[in-house]
Amino acid sequence: MGKTLAEKIWAEHVVRAAQGEPDLIYIDLHLIHEVTSPQAFDGLRLAGRTVRRPDLTIATEDHNVPTLNIDKPIADPVSKLQVDTLRANCAEFGLRIHSLGDKDQGVVHVVGPQLGFTQPGMTIVCGDSHTSTHGAFGALAFGIGTSEVEHVLATQTLPLQRPKTMAINVEGSLKPGVTSKDIILAIIAKIGTGGGQGYVIEYRGSAIRALSMESRMTVCNMSIEAGARAGLIAPDQTTFEYIKGKPHAPEDFAAAVSYWETLFTDTDAQFDVEVNLNADELEPFVTWGTNPGQGLPLNSVVPNPADIADSEARTAAERALVYMGLEAGTPLKKIAIDTVFLGSCTNGRIEDLRAAADVLKGKKIASTLRMLVVPGSARVRLEAEAEGLDKVFLDAGAEWRNAGCSMCLGMNPDQLAVGERSASTSNRNFEGRQGKGGRTHLVSPLVAAATALRGTLSSPADL
Amino acid sequence: MEKFIKHIGTGVPLRRSNVDTDQIIPAVYLKRVTRSGFEDGLFAAWRNDPEFVLNKDDYKMGTVLIAGADFGTGSSREHAVWALQNYGFKVVISSRFADIFRGNSLKGGLLTIILDQAEVETLWATVEADPSTAITVDLETRTVGYGSKSLAFDIDDYTRWRLMEGLDDIGLTLKQTDSIDSFEKKRSTYKPTTLPIRS
Repeated sequence: MGKTLAEKIWAEHVVRAAQGEPDLIYIDLHLIHEVTSPQAFDGLRLAGRTVRRPDLTIATEDHNVPTLNIDKPIADPVSKLQVDTLRANCAEFGLRIHSLGDKDQGVVHVVGPQLGFTQPGMTIVCGDSHTSTHGAFGALAFGIGTSEVEHVLATQTLPLQRPKTMAINVEGSLKPGVTSKDIILAIIAKIGTGGGQGYVIEYRGSAIRALSMESRMTVCNMSIEAGARAGLIAPDQTTFEYIKGKPHAPEDFAAAVSYWETLFTDTDAQFDVEVNLNADELEPFVTWGTNPGQGLPLNSVVPNPADIADSEARTAAERALVYMGLEAGTPLKKIAIDTVFLGSCTNGRIEDLRAAADVLKGKKIASTLRMLVVPGSARVRLEAEAEGLDKVFLDAGAEWRNAGCSMCLGMNPDQLAVGERSASTSNRNFEGRQGKGGRTHLVSPLVAAATALRGTLSSPADL
Repeated sequence: MEKFIKHIGTGVPLRRSNVDTDQIIPAVYLKRVTRSGFEDGLFAAWRNDPEFVLNKDDYKMGTVLIAGADFGTGSSREHAVWALQNYGFKVVISSRFADIFRGNSLKGGLLTIILDQAEVETLWATVEADPSTAITVDLETRTVGYGSKSLAFDIDDYTRWRLMEGLDDIGLTLKQTDSIDSFEKKRSTYKPTTLPIRS
């Protein structure tokens, strides 16, 4: 029997397999940031261990950095200590780091691909659950905890249980105004936040193949919101073209491509589970609740928990409506928004900024809201400025910030106030995620931009 | 890591599903660079509510958290495990855990046990009726016992052995350094390296 793509990559990275033990898997690239690494470095120091492969490791500052006044010392002393600790650890262990002010600083999952480090067939880890983003290149990429960060630093391997495989087939073509963000939100609503638990998802089908690399990253990014630690897409010409010319693209590009072309799921391979989605029927999707599975097409109304048969889902929906301050039956398009956040590892890349700028060009955002535009990396910011996108956002009345995770997780000063409601291009609408008491609706960059103009959840078709 | 063989304690019923790691510990509490002190952030958004289970005197001494399905979804922050441990929890029981959270907990010695939702419901009812109910979690026999009940749970042999011996994964892997060395010799040369820096 043939192998799935995930099984092929797994097999190529087994350092040691023993009966009754997890496989020891080699890690090709380890990405590091300030929040989930300090305790790992402490562990190394305590045990007198070193970093085995500094040349397969790269650090940047993203989760806990300000997006304003980055030329000044970080105002919050606790945040400053965390960032300083990363810098000191990288200096001590000889690791490459891209700090605030550097053109390659930014959200770790934007930085890896833009430097050309993310390539097909690799194993990639980071102490961040959205590491699944890199799966868009046909890499096996997943988030790890701090104990595992320490393990990878010390050994460049991880002991792992082999995951099961799931295919999600998305056939057809997207209507104008419908994006890869809507695909993944629809998938999560369909299979649930636990639907992918224990699986690696492979996204397949004509609608997936038609996506740009950056749109593919948006899909793979949110695999974790469906419970899957990793999600990937077989590499193709789109992938190769994207990598070509990046600073760390293979020098012998032809040799690399001939290997990459072997990375696909064999026709006779069996997935443990298959799920189908029709792209033709998809509409812009938004979340109404407090987990990413609580989403609906934008033309729907807030659901009535009484209509939900499953008691657990009903209770969760009741709680969500109370937290979100929503009434069942309200059209989603009537929901007024206070803050629009455009950014994050899900939708903070140049294509996302272009798509939103295209909607905003020559118009003004509603006077009832604020809009934060936070590029995924300093390089994305520079690229956007070269194209004049910053001017489009500023002229529309939005704020143009520096790169970082920002309001996606509300760790730095970019937070929602109690009761404040956002339309956010990020990945999580959990209670308090963007600030204590904040209310989050997950949306695509197109919906974010249209919402900013109208003041209520909207798509460009409503303008 | 401390060995885990058997734990006897009382339960804390957390009747919520989909408790993500942002609920277990919000991002603003992740700024510390140590492994301790995270208990102040545990369930921070809910701790202000006097009705929240951790604020009730009956459950103040609880060490076994009994949670709804899909516990620990979302962010990979191991701080969620540390916050539970720093607070005093030794065991979490749920019908379903998110993969990364479960991995983190078993690495760090917080035992996460999967029971059927029906068993979780019965345990909730029992602990709510009598908060002093002693719960015995025995990794040797892979059972959770309370009253006259003894419920079997699954855990793979390798993880069980590691927890019972209190072994550090890194130490175990470093014994395989020869295998890692020989694997590295076979790696493709076109795989990227972060050093030297190219621009």
